[in-house]
Amino acid sequence: MTPTGALLAGNPLWLTVLKVVVIFAFLMVMTLFMVWVERRVVGRMQHRLGPNRVGPFGLLQSLADGLKLAFKEDIKPVLADRWVYLLAPVISTVTAFTAFTVIPLGGQVSIFGEQTVLQVADLPVGVLVVLACSSLGVYGIVLSGWSSGSPYPLLGSLRSAAQVISYEIALGMSIVAVILYSGSLSTADIVAAQSRQWWFVFLLFPSFVVFCVSMVGETNRAPFDLPEAESELVGGFHTEYSSLKFALFLLAEYVNMVTVSAMATTLFLGGWHAPWPLAGGPADRGWWGPLWFIGKLLVFLFVFVWLRGTLPRLRYDQFMTLGWKVLVPGSLVWIVLVSGARALRSAAVTPSEVLVVGGIMLVMLLVVAFLLPQNTPAQREALDRTRGVPTAGSDYPLPPLDLVVPPPPPRRAAVSAAVSGNGDQATRQEDGHGTV
Amino acid sequence: MNTVGIGETVAFWILGPLALAGGLGMVFARNAVHSALWLAQAMLCLGALYMVQQAPFLGFVQIIVYTGAIMMLFLFVLMLVGKESADSVVEVLRGQRVAAALGGIGLAVLLVAMLGRAFVGVTAAGLVRVNSTGGGNVANLGRILYTDYLFPFELTSALLITAAVGAMVLAFTERGKAGRLTQRERVEARLRGARPSPLPGPGVFATINSVATPALLPDGAVAPESLSRLLESTARDRVDDDVRSVAGAGADPARRALPGPVPPPSADQQEH
Repeated sequence: MTPTGALLAGNPLWLTVLKVVVIFAFLMVMTLFMVWVERRVVGRMQHRLGPNRVGPFGLLQSLADGLKLAFKEDIKPVLADRWVYLLAPVISTVTAFTAFTVIPLGGQVSIFGEQTVLQVADLPVGVLVVLACSSLGVYGIVLSGWSSGSPYPLLGSLRSAAQVISYEIALGMSIVAVILYSGSLSTADIVAAQSRQWWFVFLLFPSFVVFCVSMVGETNRAPFDLPEAESELVGGFHTEYSSLKFALFLLAEYVNMVTVSAMATTLFLGGWHAPWPLAGGPADRGWWGPLWFIGKLLVFLFVFVWLRGTLPRLRYDQFMTLGWKVLVPGSLVWIVLVSGARALRSAAVTPSEVLVVGGIMLVMLLVVAFLLPQNTPAQREALDRTRGVPTAGSDYPLPPLDLVVPPPPPRRAAVSAAVSGNGDQATRQEDGHGTV
Repeated sequence: MNTVGIGETVAFWILGPLALAGGLGMVFARNAVHSALWLAQAMLCLGALYMVQQAPFLGFVQIIVYTGAIMMLFLFVLMLVGKESADSVVEVLRGQRVAAALGGIGLAVLLVAMLGRAFVGVTAAGLVRVNSTGGGNVANLGRILYTDYLFPFELTSALLITAAVGAMVLAFTERGKAGRLTQRERVEARLRGARPSPLPGPGVFATINSVATPALLPDGAVAPESLSRLLESTARDRVDDDVRSVAGAGADPARRALPGPVPPPSADQQEH
């Protein structure tokens, strides 16, 4: 058991219950806050105001919306599978909340005379808890789609199942390098390891990139929100849900966003530790921890909203290509590099040996590159085909430069001769249609 | 280490019956998806039991791999099969049930014999000693997997890779790139082709927006591109009912249909 785990295990029950309640309240408030932030920020990005009527700056708008949502009619489709339909939103929400228990929000503090850590539980396999919760959370989405008894939700849930399984592989692989460097799966140990050395975002930047991309895919957020693509599938998996059940899905989505952001903070941005000039100082312990933590968390959450306001949705095959052909092989190569570097360091290899071996490998790589055929006949043919076509830098074919606009038909020419001056322009516009 | 703590007892008596119910439910559920869900519950309970018995890594890996990945793939396939696909009660293979029952009984006898021996003859060592030395549960597991059990571990992975590649070889049918155009080739073909614009719809003065109504050219002739090949090649009497219902002369008009004179079928529709 980790030292943090031992400290937590000695805590009385009321303290754990208190922390659970506080975490629950924190996630609920974060959800309401994030809905507001999202609407305001996206509004600002689209040159409009966003909600600004209820409360100061419209802060209470999401609370009002939530209350209204609870009093909506609870609809159950005739073809729905009764129990599974009821179970699905519950699974989504429960797993989303559970994942947050292993996130360390701060260092050692004293609450009502009890020494404790600002974390509900610290398991020796803490990182796996988050992965397990996210893989169970898919059940909520998949079952909701299936049990609704309607085609759009079913399509949405099938997409979601494929999506989350694919991106969970990339997510797990991006965590491997972090575990190699910290030597532990416990979240508290990973944070402690980052305070001893550099933050892992600098040490393991490729892992960080892969984690960030796959966490967006994992939470079904834009531009990867294919399971609920509203222009294709109405609402996706939650099309048939209303009232509180729909609210639970909404809650789960935002709590998942907060959880993966908290995970990214913990794994790569030093967790609850203060940034560089303040690290190790008086502002880097005790109750200051949550401040830094929430600060870093909000950066990630803002990026989530920013992505939604900026990027169009990917097509499904593009999305799968990105996951399987870019992220997974990329992280595999990166893991091999990282473990190779660590093996070299622990084997005490001299720099000259590294240079010699590296030189031999470089030469072999060059030889292989020369031996490879330049390009296949089909590629050359395709190249030749594009060479003759004028493009405007974007590879998009343009009309030929010697394009001759056909003369207008005789009837229209007679009309344009009759109508002079003002009518001239209108006639020329008409010509465009007439020639088709 | 033979004593069982009160927490473990409580956890066992909650999780054990739940796992058992999951197993039974999986066997007796009529609906295939319900069956898969019961199985997922049994796996989840087993994972929690592993955690209670001081093997947290095994427990979470059980949840991630079995409940999260494998059962999800099962569910994925089952959902594609369709909602109404309940269990068929027709026996396809002759003597299948008898053979299955015999096999099941044999397996049960083996399991009971083995477990009985384990209960009587083996003293439980517990995991406390292993978990408290040399970096804990996860580190010890990793070490033993990559030293003592390296060969079986690699063999297992080779087996799984072979299975995956075999499945792909068997299931993947080479359709060939020759017949399929890429998006870029489609764009080029369309822009270089005779008609870059969409096919014409019904004309401006068309009284109906049905695909069966042809578009009219400025001189009043029918635009040939607007004729649907599918409709043209359909026998006239096959669409009789549709024509009648569109014209409002069907056998049973809905009560909410507007009352009024029924327009006769137009000349265009007669032609098709």
